Amino acid sequence: MSAPTLERPAPDEAALQEQFDATVSAEHRIEPRDWMPEGYRKTLVRQIAQHAHSEIIGMQPEGDWLLAAPSLRRKAILLAKVQDEAGHGLYLYSAAETLGADRADLTDKLIEGRQKYSSIFNYPTLTYADVGVIGWFVDGAAICNQVPLCRSSYGPYARAMIRICKEESFHQRQGYELLMTMVRGTDEQRAMVQDAVDRWWWPSLMMFGPPDDDSPNSAQSMAWGIKRHSNDELRQRYVDMSVPQAEVLGVTLPDPELTYDEASGHYRFGAIDWSEFKRVISGDGPMNAVRIARRRAARDDNAWVREAATAYARKHAS
Amino acid sequence: MSMTSEGGHGAVPTGPEVPVEPKAATARRDWPLYEVFVRGKRGINHVHVGSLHAPDDEMAVHAARDLYTRRNEGVSIWVVRSADITASSPDEKDPMFAPSGDKVYRHPTFYEIPENVPHM
Amino acid sequence: MAHEETVYEALDHAHSDEGHWAFGTGFDEPLAGVDTTVPEGVDPADLGEYCLMLGDDALVLAQRLTQWITNAPELEEEVAIGNIALDLLGQARLLLARAGSVGVLGRSRERATESIPDEDALAYFRDPDEFRCTALVEAENGDFAHTMLRLLAAATVRLAVLARLRESRDPVLAAIAAKGVNELTYHRDHAARWVLRLGDGTEESHRRAQAGAEAVWPLLADVFSATPTEQRLAAGGIAVDPAEVRGEVHAVLTEVLGRATLTVPGWPADAPPRGRLGEHGPELAELLDELQGLAREHPAATW
Ligand SMILES: [Fe+2]
Ligand SMILES: [Fe+2]
Repeated sequence: MSAPTLERPAPDEAALQEQFDATVSAEHRIEPRDWMPEGYRKTLVRQIAQHAHSEIIGMQPEGDWLLAAPSLRRKAILLAKVQDEAGHGLYLYSAAETLGADRADLTDKLIEGRQKYSSIFNYPTLTYADVGVIGWFVDGAAICNQVPLCRSSYGPYARAMIRICKEESFHQRQGYELLMTMVRGTDEQRAMVQDAVDRWWWPSLMMFGPPDDDSPNSAQSMAWGIKRHSNDELRQRYVDMSVPQAEVLGVTLPDPELTYDEASGHYRFGAIDWSEFKRVISGDGPMNAVRIARRRAARDDNAWVREAATAYARKHAS
Repeated sequence: MSMTSEGGHGAVPTGPEVPVEPKAATARRDWPLYEVFVRGKRGINHVHVGSLHAPDDEMAVHAARDLYTRRNEGVSIWVVRSADITASSPDEKDPMFAPSGDKVYRHPTFYEIPENVPHM
Repeated sequence: MAHEETVYEALDHAHSDEGHWAFGTGFDEPLAGVDTTVPEGVDPADLGEYCLMLGDDALVLAQRLTQWITNAPELEEEVAIGNIALDLLGQARLLLARAGSVGVLGRSRERATESIPDEDALAYFRDPDEFRCTALVEAENGDFAHTMLRLLAAATVRLAVLARLRESRDPVLAAIAAKGVNELTYHRDHAARWVLRLGDGTEESHRRAQAGAEAVWPLLADVFSATPTEQRLAAGGIAVDPAEVRGEVHAVLTEVLGRATLTVPGWPADAPPRGRLGEHGPELAELLDELQGLAREHPAATW
């Protein structure tokens, strides 16, 4: 049923751009079939895909404790959380697909190392306290990052984030509650909690990315309404939120320079080791190879399952 | 390397060094994409909530229940192959003649493309 | 915008209880508010023992399914397997707590500190010879086809038992069964859908599914012969004699395998009960090592 090929006036790019800009600046949403600048689309695909990869790879560090969780209640909570993260990944891949990406292709890019995921998931989870600290720090940082994204200019991304944010705050509270329970337990447990805090604090600050003067593309993303706050702003918000929580918990954040600055009303913190961050994100972290190998195995070792289902569907197509 | 924190669980590179365009014809080996519509409770319409991949309709509707309603039995679900949806958008003045203005997404790559078509 | 919020709110509202959306993840004591009085004429030791049988089956199968998490064939399947494992874990918690509440704790209390709840004392501080699960659930997963064949068999058996158990004279068992029946129906159907697709999919998937069936069927020998405990309780209207569900299970499995173009393996003769009496293979010891290791390392800890 192909339509006759008739001459059409060439689309007026300038008018389309104007309309796009007006939509974004009025805080209305851009939807999948709207005209959009190519750079906007590509940046979004990159951002959403790598966000999705982070959710999926993020299942592994805590997933490593699923079989050994020390109580049935903790096992159920952890299983539900890891399952939530799978859901987050799926919602996000789904948003990326509205922009013309293909999930299997994005997964290939992840496995081939051409697209990245959050560096935080390349650290090992050494004790069960890590499960609590990941909930508190990593899901907490995710909330700081994600809440502004609920207002992202791209509709499908913003809608996915609304749902995801609700679950992240649940995760953070669960993690914190585990730590509260542990610090009320034995001396050994308290030591485990402090040790986990010592290991995860700095990597969690790195989750917000390099300082603003080192983030050349941020201004464009802000103008497009797909980035709402600068890396440093979000990091500061996270530190301000975490310090009082640490006090209630009775743990020490491993930063001797951490002090409250009356004048600004913010906590000042020490210098971050960005060389470590760059090493880890570019593949040299303690667990990069393990994380990717597992994802690869899930894809490759089970390819026959996906093929079987496709073959069955073909045979039984009405 | 440009890094942005707004990648959810942590900063990810968002500069042009990270590729985004799909390889040629990757979609074929993957399960097809389905759009999911959910009626959260009686008295309201089904609303689009997202998509998923499934090998066939039956698996799709079950996966949708797992994923988008956490297996809530009181919720009504529709699934439909994304490729089977014909769409038009408010801004399209001449949908009749628009070359690909009939799919859900603006840049659809999920259509089957024969293997011998180069550089798709 | 308002429109989307409506549907999400409605979804949220539909499962706004603290249990969130998954059975067994709530923060409350599993049996809080349930009348746990032992029905008249029932030996609490028998009742507790029976709860261990059903509870251990659920716990061990949940642990096996959990081994698939982060390794599943597709992300949609991660979510589905997670749901099933959570259901089973929830059933296990209720049943183990019930066993504890009637005083059946085996030797677990010799090791578990007082602050540890019964369900955890039983799950984490019993040795393999005190576990009452059958061979059907403790065997290793094998590949995805093998896992789905085992899930099909185990869910079919359990569904048939729980369906009858809804009539139990013990209100706790009846309540657990009523909730479990809906869950098990879903588990069985999920497994059956996969068995159809794998059996009637590609040559490779057919071969693997057939091998899975051959590996799983002999394990059914351990499922249908009742222990004296089950016989006593069944006679008293509390438990289900597993022999009673043999025919139904056979019919369901035969139908699914037939439709999946698989050859139904020879049905094994009933063997005297082993798993229910604490006789297990080395796979269970290995599984329990992993499940219990951390909890046993810190017996005085609270989690
Ligand atoms: Fe998440
Ligand atoms: Fe999370």
